[in-house]
Amino acid sequence: MSIMANYHALTGNEAVAYAMKQIAPDVVAAYPITPQTSLMQKFSDFVADGDVDTEMILVESEHSAMSACVGAAASGVRTMTATAANGLALMWEIVYIAASSRLPIVMPVVNRALSAPINIHCDHSDAMGARDSGWIQLWSENAQEAYDNTIQAVKIAEDPDVRLPVMVNLDGFVISHGMENVDIYDDKKVKSFIGEYKPLVNLLDLKHPVTIGPLDLQDYYFEHKRQQAEGMMHAQKAIDKVGKEFGASFGREYDIVEGYKLEDADFVIIGLGSTMGTLRMVIDEARKSGMKAGFLKLRVFRPFPKEIVRKHLKGKKAVAVLDRSDSFNAVSGPLYSEITSALYGVADIPVVNYIYGLGGRDTSVSMLHRVVKDTYDISKSGKCDNILNYLGVR
Amino acid sequence: MNDLLEIRWHGRGGQGAVTAAKILAESALLDGKFIQAFPEYGPERAGAPVRSYTRISSSPIYIHSQVTDPKIVVVLDPTLLEVTDVTEGLPEDGTIIINTNESPRDLRSRVNIKARKIFTVSATDIAIKELKRNIPNTPMIAALLKVTGLLDIEMVMKNFKEKYSKKFNAEIIEGNLRAMKTAFESVKSE
Repeated sequence: MSIMANYHALTGNEAVAYAMKQIAPDVVAAYPITPQTSLMQKFSDFVADGDVDTEMILVESEHSAMSACVGAAASGVRTMTATAANGLALMWEIVYIAASSRLPIVMPVVNRALSAPINIHCDHSDAMGARDSGWIQLWSENAQEAYDNTIQAVKIAEDPDVRLPVMVNLDGFVISHGMENVDIYDDKKVKSFIGEYKPLVNLLDLKHPVTIGPLDLQDYYFEHKRQQAEGMMHAQKAIDKVGKEFGASFGREYDIVEGYKLEDADFVIIGLGSTMGTLRMVIDEARKSGMKAGFLKLRVFRPFPKEIVRKHLKGKKAVAVLDRSDSFNAVSGPLYSEITSALYGVADIPVVNYIYGLGGRDTSVSMLHRVVKDTYDISKSGKCDNILNYLGVR
Repeated sequence: MNDLLEIRWHGRGGQGAVTAAKILAESALLDGKFIQAFPEYGPERAGAPVRSYTRISSSPIYIHSQVTDPKIVVVLDPTLLEVTDVTEGLPEDGTIIINTNESPRDLRSRVNIKARKIFTVSATDIAIKELKRNIPNTPMIAALLKVTGLLDIEMVMKNFKEKYSKKFNAEIIEGNLRAMKTAFESVKSE
């Protein structure tokens, strides 16, 4: 943490809107949806007040918002939007097109449950559904990380070896509407950190005409998909590099994952987002009572950091994976499947899964105590009898 | 995290409970503290019971679960005493500050609050006099500051003036400042 922090009392949405003001994208196209609304409302204020010269395109749906973003990004300008839950679902078709057209769009996703029944509160069903769309996914524990991730996302997306869109995930209401200390950096420093955008293609450059997203059948579609996969393979290196540069510029270095009391831990809890903050306290308590617990927080879910996960889990006696979404009728939640796939054939560790916090159900300290205690027992017995658990469901 | 202070605000939609949680947090931040302020979002409509929370600590706050056992409870509307358990999770040595014209002693016997320290202040009367509306949030902040000594009232008033002068006209700002001063000086203890 920097010594001379310039703390402001901001909600997560206000912090991300502030990052957007500092990034000053050329185009933002958006449609409001709870809990993203206050983010775009704040950014629209900045535009209306003349604090930022972004061209704001107000559209009639999220499908149109992402379509406008695709058009803007293809014309060679820095482009952003933001959405949540059903809004992301309505964008679906174009979300894929943005990624496979290799357009470096940045989109905060204020994570919220999908209907039905209607629920406006946090879970990760929205972003998890989009995990195979080809977008890079960054995840935030608090408002500070949401702000920092948004700034870094621009540089990651535009890296010449990557050229992929980035989702910046922040938990709906818990982070988006919760006010916290946020260290705000100098406008000029942010501007110089992200640098000037040098588009690879520009539809409006008539001297160098290009076609984006044409018909591409049996002859070359497969090769283009392979290239897309290559971009994603390069992304981890770029994310790592940008995280280090960010540390050098602003005093907060970011890794692909964050460990908490991980190195000497006997057993490890893995998860994403705001609940990991609460888990820090629970792990401190567990340590006091002799349970050697640690956590592994994934800041990056796509590309999935399989080598890093393997390295950190090697030699551990048990692992618990927290999933804030269900993957109905799969083996377990989506994060669990990734973790166990990464470990397959590499380490024989019992891994237990907890689906938690759906629709904003509060994940209390005592619930997380239960996770830690159960995982401790598994680490002692070496056996996990019940893989899939629903934490705090009545 | 040992000095983590958790405060729960009870109000009705439109009385400014959410804003109160934020104003206090903003001022604590200016005092060098780490803060959280967040509402408990339910169906939002004027008059419906609303809860909001403030956390204040001298070290970074990581917890992201709800506040279940606050040390301090502030009640912006006395009619909530009949419809909701405002003492839920409030420990025996906790403090409850209520907007009412009743004395703490009369209130204690009428609604049967056991243990805890009770304070009362006529925040609605003050708000109606100074703001012409029943928005008793700023006088309740002042009452809380009087009872706890958490922050300097002058600093909080200065911060409120600077931060909210963009949003409200001078008449409303000055009315709130007078309301805070009056409330600060008229809190009743047992």
